[in-house]
Formats: sequence, C-alpha cells, structure tokens
Amino acid sequence: MKINDVILETVTKIVVFIILTVAVYLFFSGHNSPGGGFIGGLVLASAFVLLLLAFDIETIQKGIPFDFKRVAALGVFIAVTTGLGAIVFGQPFLTQAFSAFNLPYFGETELATITLFEAGVALAVVGVVVSIILSISEDV
Amino acid sequence: MINLLILPIIIPFVTAVILIFFQKNIVIQRWISTIAAAGGLTASIILVRTVYHEGIQTLNLGSWEAPFGITLVSDMLSALLVTATSLITLCCILFSFQSIGKERERSFYYPVVQFLVVGVNGAFTTGDIFNMFVFFEVMLMSSYVLLVIGGTKIQLRESIKYILVNITSSALFVIAVAYLYSIVGTLNMAHISQRIAEVDQPAILTVLAVLFLIVFGLKGAIFPLFFWLPGAYYAPPAPIMALFGALLTKVGVYSILRTYTLFFYHDTGFTHELLTVLSLITVILGSIAAIAYKDMKKIVIYNIIIAIGVITYGIGAMNADALTGSVFYLIHDMIIKAVLFLLVGLIVSITGSSDYTKFSGLLKHYPLLGWSFFISVLALAGIPPLSGFVGKILIVNGGFSKGDIVGALIILMSSLFVLYSLMRVFINGFWGDPAGSMKKPELKIGSMLFPIIILVISSISYGFFSEWMNMYITQAVEVLIDPAVYIDAVLGNTQTS
Repeated sequence: MKINDVILETVTKIVVFIILTVAVYLFFSGHNSPGGGFIGGLVLASAFVLLLLAFDIETIQKGIPFDFKRVAALGVFIAVTTGLGAIVFGQPFLTQAFSAFNLPYFGETELATITLFEAGVALAVVGVVVSIILSISEDV
Repeated sequence: MINLLILPIIIPFVTAVILIFFQKNIVIQRWISTIAAAGGLTASIILVRTVYHEGIQTLNLGSWEAPFGITLVSDMLSALLVTATSLITLCCILFSFQSIGKERERSFYYPVVQFLVVGVNGAFTTGDIFNMFVFFEVMLMSSYVLLVIGGTKIQLRESIKYILVNITSSALFVIAVAYLYSIVGTLNMAHISQRIAEVDQPAILTVLAVLFLIVFGLKGAIFPLFFWLPGAYYAPPAPIMALFGALLTKVGVYSILRTYTLFFYHDTGFTHELLTVLSLITVILGSIAAIAYKDMKKIVIYNIIIAIGVITYGIGAMNADALTGSVFYLIHDMIIKAVLFLLVGLIVSITGSSDYTKFSGLLKHYPLLGWSFFISVLALAGIPPLSGFVGKILIVNGGFSKGDIVGALIILMSSLFVLYSLMRVFINGFWGDPAGSMKKPELKIGSMLFPIIILVISSISYGFFSEWMNMYITQAVEVLIDPAVYIDAVLGNTQTS
C-alpha cells in the first residue's frame, strides 16, 4: 500500500527554505558571532537530509543533480586556493586579506578572503555529509 | 621563496583534490599522480639544499607571529625525512600501476595515497603540537581507507582492529596535549620547550613524557604496544604495505625523537632509561618473531619492529653518536623497508605464495629480482659498504660510550637475526631446484622492477656516499642535541616569554 504523506511533503517544502535561510545566515554571521562554515554547512546538509526523508532519492537527484563527492572536493579546492592566493602575492601561506568596499545596496561592507575559505569548508561539509547519507541509504 | 617548505605538503594536497575529479579516468590519474610525486620530490630536494645553506627554515602560516600562529619548521631532520617520503611515494605509485588492479584504482586509490603523503609530510614539518595531531589524523584516516580499499575479508577484519587501536591512541594524544597545555599554556613546540626549561621538570612533566611515549609508541609500534601491527600490515596489497611499512611507524619514531630531544631532555634519568629498556625488549621480541615465521610478509613485518627498537634505543642513549646513528638508520630503514615490501609483493605475484618453502630456484628465472633482493637483505642487516652499516655502528658506539654494554651487544646480535631471517628466504626460495618455480610471461616484470631498482640504487648510494650524507645528518643532529638552535630559529633571539 502506498502511504500518502502529503502533510510531510508540504511541510518539508516550506521548512526547507527556512532551514536554507538559517544556514546562509549562520554562514555569514560566523565572523563576528557564533556560526561559520562548519555549522552553516551542517545546517545546509540537514535541509538535504530532510528532503531525502520526505521524498525518495531519485526525485532528489533529479532536482539537485550534483555528485556530492565532487562538491566536497570542490570545497577543499576552494579552501586551498584561498591559501595559495597568498603565495602568489609572496606572503606566507593562508595569509588573509580584507578591505572595506562601498557596495551599491549594502553600503559600507567589509569583505574578507576568509569568507571564501569558509565557503570551501561549508561545501566540503555538505558534500561529505550528503555523500555519507546517500551511500549508506543506497545499499538498503 | 618563503613558502618553499610548505610545497611538499601543498603539492600532494592539491593533487589529491584534483584527482577526485578524474575518478573514472585511470590513465589521467596515473599521469597526474606521477608528475605530482616527482614535483614533490624536486621541491623537497631543493628544500634540503636551502636548509643546508641557509639554516632552519620557518614559515608563520597566515603571517601570525611565532608563538601565536601555527609555525611550520623545516630543520635538516624533517627536510631529509620529507625527501625520503617523497622518493618512496614516487616509487610506490610507479609500482602500483601494474599491481594494484583497476577496481582499486577507480575507488579513489591515488587521491588517498596523496592525502597520506600530506599527513606524513605535514607531521614531519609542523612546529605546533596540536597541528601535529591534526596531521597525524590526516595520515591515519588515509591509512584507514588504504587498509580497507578493495574490501576483502581479511582487510575488513584487520581494519576494525587498526582503527580501534588508533582511535584510542589519538584520544590519548589529545589528552596528553591537554595536560601539556594546562602546564605550559602554549602549543608552539619551541615555546613549549622554552617554558619547560623555565619550570624545571616537575614530576607531572615526567608523567607527561611517559604519556607521550605511550601515544607515539602506539603509532610507532614499540613493546608492549606493537600488538596491532603484524595483523594490520599483513592485510593490504604490496604497494600499500610498502607505504605503511616505510612511512607510518616512522612518523611515530620521529615524534618520539622530536619530543624527547626538544621537550623532555632535562630529567633523563627515568624517561630515557624506560625508553632504552622498552626498545631493547622490542628488538629481542622482534628478532624472535622474525625467525619464527616461514611467511615472507610476516618476516619483513617483524623486521620493522626490530628496526623501530634499534632507532628508539639510539634516542634513549641520547648522546651525539647515538642520535646521529638513529637519524642515519631512520632514513635507511624507510627506504629499505619500502624495497623489501615491494620485492615481497612482486615475489608473491610471481609465485602465488608468501610461504618461502613453497617455491625454489627463482634466481634462474628472475636473476635481477634475485640479486636486488640479496643486496637489500645485506643492506638491511648492515653489511659495511651498504646503507644499514653506518647507522647501526654509530648506535652501537653510542651505547658503548654510555656504558650500556648489554644493550649495545643486543643491538649487534639483532643484526644476525635480521640477516638470518631474510637470508633463509633467499637460500630456500631463490637457490635450489629451478623446477620449484616457473616464469610468468604475462606479468610485466620490467615495469614493476623499475621502481624497486630506483630504491635499491638510492639505498646503495646512501651507504657508499655516507661521508657526503654525513654533512647533512650532522646538521640535523646539531638541532637535536642543542634545542636552543630550534627555539632561536622559531622565536628569534629577541623573544622573551
């Protein structure tokens, strides 16, 4: 008998966007308050896990056609590259740069390369968590 | 270029990440990993030259000053070990092409090997005790994957034991670092050394020295903590076994060497005596086990344990001769163990058996293989012109000058057992009736023997040009004897704690 879980699916569709917003908020708040790439990545991954619980794997992979192993690799690559950028400028590895910009909508904003590093961390966390869950669930 | 000393860590790291994107394309994976390994070797040789001419190289990551940020320190010892690691990795990768099998190559074999090198090179280069823990974990996680990759029954069983033991020892490492941090309040190794010199070795530091010995002894397999090693190293295929045998335990030994010469050198009465006794028991038990087995892999595995004991005996003796000997022997042993594991792997893939009584007369069919095996056995035992000689004679010399005649004699006697244990393989397997084995034409013997020959030649020249190597090793030992050199290089002369 096919179980009808329309309530779960509908609630998931709404809640996933809230979770994604919280994830992005946590990611950007990491510099001055609790949060950062690791937590942001975990919360982001939890949104994918909720989608996997509510729907089946094939639907999710059709909707989000990423190979999550490569997402993890891409994350590590971004994180290393921000360190390598310092080498290009003759600074010690992982030296970070920051500066204030006057952006059109946000006004005076401080942008730092550490955000790119954290983006790499977040992608690596998402990739690893989703890969683990997908590869465990495939065998059952 | 100030970032030179990070290149042996960064090159394999970036390579590993790039290789993940080419998971299915084996040919590209092989090419990239070979080029990267060669690049890493070149960078580390340049690093050795730089350290030789300009002294200890330090790099403050992220431009944060020494005790506050993570500092990478490349003195001669770590530069030489990084070079040996890169050479061994290159040869093991070349050996893998014909032997590891397509199935494993598709399951991220080459990226994981590169991650293993990141961990090993990082652990050799770091100047921060917690960063060392992190690099240990990078190395260990890659070794878990390499141990289980392929998923045969024996690999699964042994990797459970191996992971259990290593998680326990990693937890102990964290606890030890926490204790140390609560006493000295810093994690930078040079700064720790300075602070320990100020507090003048209270009893808690002796306890910590023993705790660190337990941690690194579990990683490096000294008595009574080597119980996990024979099973775990028996399981994986030959090139992985060679990487493990050459690199993993040596990182543990390097850490003992570093902590016992940089941190705990003030009150050597108890700690170094303990290390000496444990290493002598390690040598004795390893020798007994090495002659007890008829299985070539087991024999070589127990020879690792003997070598660990010999090196730690040199550290325990703690005089210039013995430390020089330990450094000589450490590098020699990394190379020669890689050679032996690769040779054993090659012999097993020819004869189909690792029991040397099951075949004979292999020398008739494979003369080059036979004579490289013969030379490497002589080098392992320490026959004079070859590489094992200088290290062992210096360690024995150091033991005698300390007045420990029994210990030095045990080290000398162990050479006989080493020679006997592997010469039996040569006599029974390579000599005798050629009908006891046959040629396997489908095996591409040339391309598998090529990396072995490179390693044998480097081992031979390491022995023949030991006078020339001695310039480098003397510089490495200067730092070990006088920690002030290390502290000055990291913190600078103006630094007051």
